Formats: sequence, structure tokens, C-alpha cells
Amino acid sequence: MNRLLLNKIILILSTLSAVIGIGFLFWILITLSYKGITSLHFSTFTNDLVGGGIRNLLVGQFTMALMASAIAVPLGMMAGIYLREYSNNGKLASVIRNLSDVMMSAPSIVIGVFVFALFVDPFGGYNSWAGIVALAIMMIPIIISTTDNMLALVPKELREAGIALGGSKHKIILQIVIKAAKVGITTGVLLSFARIIGETAPLLFTSANNQFFTMDLTEQFPSLTVSIYNLATYPDAESRELAWAAAFVLTMIVLCINLLGRYMTRNKK
Amino acid sequence: MAKNNIIMDIKDFDFTYAGVDDPSLKKINLPIEKNKITAMIGPSGCGKSTLLRAMNRIHDLYPGNTYEGEINLYGSEGEKQNILELKKENDFIKLRQKVGMIFQKPTPFPMSIFDNVAYGLKLAGIKDKVEIEERVKKALKDAAIWKETKDRLNKSALGLSGGQQQRLCIARAVALKPEVLLFDEPTSALDPISTGAIEELIAELKKDVSVVIVTHNMQQASRLSDYTAFMYLGDLIEYDKTENIFLNPSEKLTEDYITGRFG
Repeated sequence: MNRLLLNKIILILSTLSAVIGIGFLFWILITLSYKGITSLHFSTFTNDLVGGGIRNLLVGQFTMALMASAIAVPLGMMAGIYLREYSNNGKLASVIRNLSDVMMSAPSIVIGVFVFALFVDPFGGYNSWAGIVALAIMMIPIIISTTDNMLALVPKELREAGIALGGSKHKIILQIVIKAAKVGITTGVLLSFARIIGETAPLLFTSANNQFFTMDLTEQFPSLTVSIYNLATYPDAESRELAWAAAFVLTMIVLCINLLGRYMTRNKK
Repeated sequence: MAKNNIIMDIKDFDFTYAGVDDPSLKKINLPIEKNKITAMIGPSGCGKSTLLRAMNRIHDLYPGNTYEGEINLYGSEGEKQNILELKKENDFIKLRQKVGMIFQKPTPFPMSIFDNVAYGLKLAGIKDKVEIEERVKKALKDAAIWKETKDRLNKSALGLSGGQQQRLCIARAVALKPEVLLFDEPTSALDPISTGAIEELIAELKKDVSVVIVTHNMQQASRLSDYTAFMYLGDLIEYDKTENIFLNPSEKLTEDYITGRFG
């Protein structure tokens, strides 16, 4: 076969594949926007789920994601610092790195089941803490790997320069190396936040859901994602409309956080 | 040579990297003269950078390396300290305040120009703001970068050119009033004009500090230094006044290297 012809065929096939792939994404976004925006009302944001709104769901979802971050970010960052700065890349470090990578691809429902056995069953019922722990477990490996990789990008000369100036290792790590890797680590934290704020499976039987507004972390906790899952299965049109509206809001939140993360990395260059 | 002209004295020094059987430096004997510039030349892998990095013990950042012999650092009263005997982190910190280092690639910290220079002073425990300000200013002047930076002290140091960044790194080291400054190929990442500026600066600096410079550039060694050490495969082949090394070397190997027959 003529190689020019082959070239054209490959070009057409790959372009077509790209269009199909992106086509689905836009299809989803357009359907979601259309159905979401038409179902959105001002009262959607002011009422709780019990009154046909998502106010308590938004607050609940953000509360749990933020609490999970408060646990996962310091733990993950410190683990990442250990791996890159203190472990000398020994055997233990490679074991931890591999386990952390496996954790990252663990199915989120499995993490949910694990936390159910640990924090729900023994405490006699669904509670927000269990959901927070489940989200934190999902987040930690992402933060570890981001911190590890971003610290690896900091040239070793920068560490040596700090040491040569009379710094101790921990001061140089905290005051210079982390600073040099700040943008990358922050972006990683944002992207992992975007990842967990849209999770359903780890919450489904840990914190479950709540129709009413609450800030009591020992109770069942309102969740946007679990509500979408529930509402979408209800037979009445109102519930399904609310599910569309909630799905639209969630997508916009995730999109905005992602864009913010990308914008930060671009600004660095 | 009278002892009081010597700031650092390397005696029967062996150095072995972690996980390697053979030493990278073998029985090195090298005196570093006070307020002079000593150049170390030799082909890649000859151990000149390894030797330089032993002089402030920055090798200790990575575990498992072994030293043998002595590296004596002489104080102003002639008291001597074998820096290979240091064990505590605090002693290392004091050593590195006395023996500063400038690297091949400029290494500005991700902070403002002012903070870059002030950082070492703060590490040294100086808290008085007025003193810090004065010493930063003096260091920037001493490093011939004050004119270019005085209006942008609070701007990020990462916005400076490569040559300016390198002079900032020199300012940062000078601010600590070290006794010895170690330069590890300080101009090999710079253009000729910046190189000229750095060379002038180093020549100027020897009034106050003793300088050891590792360089691949033999013209630089001959232009700049008072003494030259030629190293080859972990051995110190020849050490003498620079003019003797370049005009009348006593070793065949030295002659072959400086005339470009190998390396």
C-alpha cells in the first residue's frame, strides 16, 4: 500500500477517535448543563434537602472534604518528605512508595467497606467521622506521591547551598526546599481535593446522608454525592430534577478547582 | 613555608564514597595559603570537586562516605582544628559558616534578593534587624551587585540573570564573613561577560578571604590563581605557584595536561 495513503488513513482514524472521545465529554457537559440549569432555582441553594434544596448537602460535602484534607495533607506531606529527604531511597522507602501507589488505585468502595468495619459497625451507626476517615484514606496516597514527586524536582544543589550556608537539614527542608516545591504541592493538594469532593462510594455506608442541616460529626451527615445517587433513583420528577441540579453544581465545583490548579502551575512557568 | 601563612592544611587525606571499594582521593597533601587563590585543575573524575567538598564536609549530607587523614583549619590565633573530627551537627554548622561554598549552577533560594543574603545571617543566629540590614548591604556591595539590586531588594531573586544570581550567591556567602570560600566551577554555567565579572570579584575577595577554586578552564586558573594544584585520578600530581605550574611544570603529566595533550 502507498505510504501516503496509509498516512492519511491513520490520520483520519486517530482524528475520528479523538472527536468521539471528546464528543462524549461535551455531550455529558451539555446535557448536564441543560438539565441542571433548568432545574436550578434560587431556593435550591437556600433550602435543605428536606425542603427540596441542596444547602445542607453543599455544607456537608465541603465540611467532610475539608476535614479529610486537614488529616490527609499534613500526614501525606510528612510521609512524602520522609520518602524524598530522609529515607535515602532505601528498601523501606521503595516498599512505602509501592504500597502508596497500590492504595491510590484501590477501589473506593473497598475503602468504604474497610472504614465501615472499623468506624461504623463498632460505634453503632453511620457517622460523619467515618466518612471523613474514608476520604482521608483516599487522599493520603495522592498527597504522598505529589509531595514526593515535587520535592524530587527541587535540584539537590539548592539543598547543598542551604547546608553550605550553615543550615541544619530540617531547616533547609522546611524553609527552602518546601518553598521551592510550594506551587507543585499546592496544585497536588487542590487536585486531590477535587478528586475526593466528588466521591460517593466511600461515603455511601460510612457517613451516609442526612436530609437536615447538621454540624454534628457523630451523626449521619448530609452529602451532595450520596444525595445525587439517591435522588436519581426516586420515581418523582422533582427528585430527579434536584439530582440534575446537584450534579451540575458538583461538576462546576470540581471543574473550578481543577482549573484553579492548572492555572497555578501555568503561572509558575 | 611558615605555618602562619596557612589557613587550611590537608594531610595524608583519603576519601572513599559510600558503596565504593577504592578511595577516590589517595594520600592528598595540600596546604591552602591565607588570602591567596588556590586553583585545583585536572581532567573530569580526577577528584578535585571531591576534595573541595571535603573542605566544608558537605559530603556528610549523604551517609556512608569515609575520610582518613587530617584537614586542619587554622584560626586567627593559630589554633588548629581537624575538621574531620567533627561529629555534631552544630559543629558542622559552625564549620560551614567559616568555610563558605559557591556552586557550579547559581542556587538562589526562592525568596527575595534581600532575604537570600539575610538567610545565612539568620541561620547564624543574628536577630538584630539593623545589623542584618547593614551586613546585607555590605555583602551586596562586596559582591559587586549592589547597583543592580538596590532598587529591587524585595523582588524575587529568581528574576535575576544567571551571572547576577551567581554574584548574589557570592554575596550570600560573603555576608557570613567566612575565612575560606570554596568555588566549585563557579563560571562554567555563565557567559563570558558574567565570567569576567565573577573573576574580577574573586580576585577582589582575596583581600578578606582565602579562596579555593575548582575549574575546568585552564586560562581561568592561570589568570586568577596564586597557587595551582594539578590532580589526576585521585592523586595530587603537582602543587606549586601558578606561574611555575604553567610555565615550568616539574611533572611530565602536568605538562601534558596543560598543553592539552589529554584531558
